[in-house]
Amino acid sequence: MSGVMTRASETLGRFGGVNLLPLWIALAAFLLIGVPSSWVTLTVAGLAMGMMVFLMASGLSLVFGLMDVLNFGHSAFVSFGAFVAATVLAALGGWLDGGPLLASAALACALIAAIAFGLAAGLFFERVIIKPVYRDHLRQILITMGALIVSEQIILAVWGGTPVTVPRPAFLEGAWIIGDVSIEIYRLFAFGLGALVFLGLILLLNRTRIGLLIRAGVENREMVESLGFKIDRLFIGVFMLGSALAALGGAMWAGYETLITPALGGEMMIVVFIVVIIGGLGSIEGTLLGALIVGLTANYVGYLAPKLALASNMILMMAILMWRPSGLRPAVK
Amino acid sequence: MSLLELRGMRTDIGQYAVLHGIDLAVPEGGTFVLLGRNGAGKTTTLRSIMGLWRPSPGSVHFRGTDISALATADIARRGIAYVPENMGIFGGLTVEENLILATARGRFDGARLKRIQALFPALERFWTKQAWSLSGGQKQMLSVARAIVEPRDLILIDEPTKGLAPAIVAAMAEAFREIAQETTILLVEQNFNFARSLGSNMAVIDDGRVVHRGTMADFAADKEAQGRLLGLSA
Repeated sequence: MSGVMTRASETLGRFGGVNLLPLWIALAAFLLIGVPSSWVTLTVAGLAMGMMVFLMASGLSLVFGLMDVLNFGHSAFVSFGAFVAATVLAALGGWLDGGPLLASAALACALIAAIAFGLAAGLFFERVIIKPVYRDHLRQILITMGALIVSEQIILAVWGGTPVTVPRPAFLEGAWIIGDVSIEIYRLFAFGLGALVFLGLILLLNRTRIGLLIRAGVENREMVESLGFKIDRLFIGVFMLGSALAALGGAMWAGYETLITPALGGEMMIVVFIVVIIGGLGSIEGTLLGALIVGLTANYVGYLAPKLALASNMILMMAILMWRPSGLRPAVK
Repeated sequence: MSLLELRGMRTDIGQYAVLHGIDLAVPEGGTFVLLGRNGAGKTTTLRSIMGLWRPSPGSVHFRGTDISALATADIARRGIAYVPENMGIFGGLTVEENLILATARGRFDGARLKRIQALFPALERFWTKQAWSLSGGQKQMLSVARAIVEPRDLILIDEPTKGLAPAIVAAMAEAFREIAQETTILLVEQNFNFARSLGSNMAVIDDGRVVHRGTMADFAADKEAQGRLLGLSA
């Protein structure tokens, strides 16, 4: 088995390494699907889904890598982000129909509200729930799972159990038709926003002192402290950032689905964990890679073999972990 | 007054008592060597000084102030640098990033950096390389360079020659002699020949206690004590 894996790695290395994996998956799908218009639609849908999942998962990966915290409650921020954004959009319903400028302002308010909520909730969550259980994985799992259940109940109490409709700005409705190819505008927007956040994170991590500290802390927290830096403050900052990104991802997902339920976070949790695990803990690049692969695979498999759609993510994770047990691009430890 | 003073320092790791009351005074200037067999408690002593493990009871006094309750980051900010046994370099960061992280304001003092690069020329050659790609000796140089990229009052160095080739060990000894001109080094070492060439004062730890202290010159001349305390053959 290890010989097969080694040969697979060598072959992939000759074709650009793991970074080009989404491209090879897309090309393989092109050959299997055979209909270019369907392939383009599925690919755009897969990339958009991948970018939204990336938003949700990137914070979890950093929190996992830097703080060694197993936060099963991470998806609560996704749910809250979705519901807060939906509430703001509903409240500003008049703006949505008032031309592109007002509609853009409404959308910006909704996304900013989700981010602000994520930051505040992240601060509360880290100080009250996570801090007492640092270095104790079993208690982390129990308490964060409990927090996820409580969060779902809070959402039920505030927003009710019936699905909530999420209004979209008019300029994000509809699709661009190019020949016989149809590309949903919202998916392009989701992809563009995800790409912007990814670039922002890369700049933060590679061009700033805080980013340098986060990268160093992911590798060796003790040494960062020995150099004179208070790792606790870094933990809070990274946790808040991760929560805000998850809330933003939830808000974007709400606009994508247009109908959300309190179970949204729990449903996304499995996908988010799969992305973080196959991407490699603590690595933003790995998380993006994992998210794009998961997004593309889910859409292609859903089209080619609908019965396998539910299992496709699990099969993908098993295959990647057998090949690379630490994930595709783990942070150096 | 001693630069560093350990008073009855006792450290437990989990349910195990590792240090049973270390009393030690490290004078300012030069290299103070801490010797001892494997598992004697040398690394635990350094980690307890840095606050990575908490001594209780007992205390650590640095320049006369009790620092044993301070957080590790605050201890480091008082001018104590730590070079751990595993070197503690950040493999995913470049050589430059590893060093700049240790600067106080995120930028190098040009003259100081030149001195470091003269001490460890390999670092300049691999300046933009990720640290994981360095050899063991180069990683050790980076770890020591990081400890001196800012002026420090005390540098704790844990077994820097472990696994290194003799040529690298010789270069390291030369570098330590130069570093000891401007700061105090508390060196934990099992390579007695290396330690003897550097240390002016020394102590031996055994089973979590200081069992011998004195000058290196006296200890180097006492073959019987070396055999009894370190297991060295005459």
